[in-house]
Amino acid sequence: MSGAIAKAFARAKARGEGALVAYGMAGDPDLPRSVDVFAAMVEGGADIVEVGVAFSDPIADGPVIQGAAERALKAGSTLKRVLDEVVPELHRRCPETPLVIMTYVNVIMAMGEERFAKRARERGISGAILPDLPPEESGSLRATFDAAGVDLIPLCAPTTPPARAEAIAKDARGFVYCVSVAGVTGMRAELPADLSQRLELVRKASPVPVVAGFGISTAEQARTLSAHADGVVVGSALVRAAHTEGPQAARALCAEIKRGLKR
Amino acid sequence: MNTQTAVGRFGRFGGRYVPETLVPALMELEEAYAAARADPTFDAEVAQVLREFVGRPTTLTPARRLTEAWGGAHVWLKREDLAHTGAHKINNTVGQVLLARRMGKKRIIAETGAGQHGVATATACALFGLPCEVFMGALDVERQALNVFRMRALGAVVRPVESGSRTLKDAMNEAMRTWVSQVSDTHYVIGSAAGPHPYPTVVRDFQAIIGRELRTQAQAAFGKLPDAIVACVGGGSNAIGVLHPFIGDTGVRLIGVEAGGHGLDSGQYGASLTLGTEGVLHGSRSLVLQDADGQIQEAHSISAGLDYPGVGPELAHLAKTGRMEVRTATDDEALASFYEVARLEGILPALETSHAFARGRELARELGAGKYLVINCSGRGDKDVATISARGVPPAVGVKP
Ligand SMILES: Cc1ncc(COP(=O)(O)O)c(C=O)c1O
Repeated sequence: MSGAIAKAFARAKARGEGALVAYGMAGDPDLPRSVDVFAAMVEGGADIVEVGVAFSDPIADGPVIQGAAERALKAGSTLKRVLDEVVPELHRRCPETPLVIMTYVNVIMAMGEERFAKRARERGISGAILPDLPPEESGSLRATFDAAGVDLIPLCAPTTPPARAEAIAKDARGFVYCVSVAGVTGMRAELPADLSQRLELVRKASPVPVVAGFGISTAEQARTLSAHADGVVVGSALVRAAHTEGPQAARALCAEIKRGLKR
Repeated sequence: MNTQTAVGRFGRFGGRYVPETLVPALMELEEAYAAARADPTFDAEVAQVLREFVGRPTTLTPARRLTEAWGGAHVWLKREDLAHTGAHKINNTVGQVLLARRMGKKRIIAETGAGQHGVATATACALFGLPCEVFMGALDVERQALNVFRMRALGAVVRPVESGSRTLKDAMNEAMRTWVSQVSDTHYVIGSAAGPHPYPTVVRDFQAIIGRELRTQAQAAFGKLPDAIVACVGGGSNAIGVLHPFIGDTGVRLIGVEAGGHGLDSGQYGASLTLGTEGVLHGSRSLVLQDADGQIQEAHSISAGLDYPGVGPELAHLAKTGRMEVRTATDDEALASFYEVARLEGILPALETSHAFARGRELARELGAGKYLVINCSGRGDKDVATISARGVPPAVGVKP
């Protein structure tokens, strides 16, 4: 298992902060410039970086990330190129920051589970999030990842019944990704009222840190959630900022959210 | 939760590859469906609606002039084009909408390619008084204007989808994304025997009435089971529906015909069983058209209903194990068959169905005289007349221009 993720959460905690997990789309606007975006996020305070790998049919994503995936595919982004051209460079520039791949299961299957796990580990990847791979389907893949030292990070949803949520949490690797809203990725003005209770439930059961993600875009939301979670994931808001205003805007947004995460 | 379980598998294919948000809803659907199947009043209700409203059983019709023209096996047609709304799709939507109502769902969403499934869903929703929203690729909205009108007339909201190839695959993505956001009170009526478990089973069971009727009708019409049955394959619902009840009858050849588009060497086709590789699309593991990096390719077919880069997992299994033979027909072959069937039998087949006829022609010859070939006439071609007539109508045989 990767110790890098646990260390990143511990460092944030020691500073009295919730952790910021920042998502970006590798290959948007192109492969080299997306490295600049990721590095800017780390400069802005991101504790963990989620490297999005584009898929043609992203059923868990809203319009902002869907649009970024379309641009990345046009720019020639593939899992292989992300592992060869984006990840090593990013790892070189930000050696302390754990990198996590976020993509869909078909993209991993096409490369081959073992080939992916081995290469990912070699290039400096600590974990992977596959939003269309629920626990029932993840057995063999997780065993392969475990053997290679890559954490398969599970997701928990607002619709997940408590017993199932506890089972997912108990068995988690890396951290538990609690999806805050029943829906696809994208910014939301309001988060569900019962989110804090669900986070607490998962946190009690989980041996690893718990983060809330989907819909989070402001320091205020981050502040509210960090009372109940070890961190937050910010995706669409960062992708939009980087797309419309460039890496500086992504850095500024990370810094602002980080202020919200101060305890 | 450590071990890989066999959730809705057909050999290696099937499963449930969806966001966690949807998993509880799929489990709920699986349970509700099992309970409905165990309740004789549900079966009776479905059967009654199919009889009174849909017009089942659909007939098994001898195609005498095609038999003569093709010079081989006796050709018979299973007439799903005579079902209300003009295609087999209604068998499934009546069943699923009744199931949704039993589950207390307040609204229905669906995706559609050719529009037949959208029309069938809108029809069932009108019949049972449920609001209905249908996602349809913007390209398909253009080429299936008649069905877009029919859906709107039936009270459904049609949502054109602009992403990707603007066809069926993208409509299905959008329907899934919408379902994730509204899963508590909404039922998603998937239109083919594809998608995450339990959909491939649910849709297959509701469509299997085609094959069950055919068994009885074949015995009555020619005193035995057919020697071969042929159906077109998009996602595969009409094919699995007519073929499933015959899987155990090894004397019956089962044949699926996919969209060959501009030809198998053109890169533009909808032939997932023929040229697809193992992958995950729309929640199940099956054969899909994809590149080496796992990106889904855009499919092509003259018929919107076959323009899909995936296929249902059960058909993938039947094809891989050799129980079902797979062939393809090109756009041009389908068009030629459309006119042949129109002029020899007085039936305008759907362009999807025309693919089955295109291969039926040579299958009749292969089988030879004295054998019986049944072609599943999955739907009628009224929806396609704009597409077809835009290419110009060939002069009738024997009629001077
Ligand atoms: C008449 C007709 N036949 C066949 C199909 C293809 O679907 P399936 O392969 O699920 O039967 C369609 C789809 O719209 C259709 O309208």
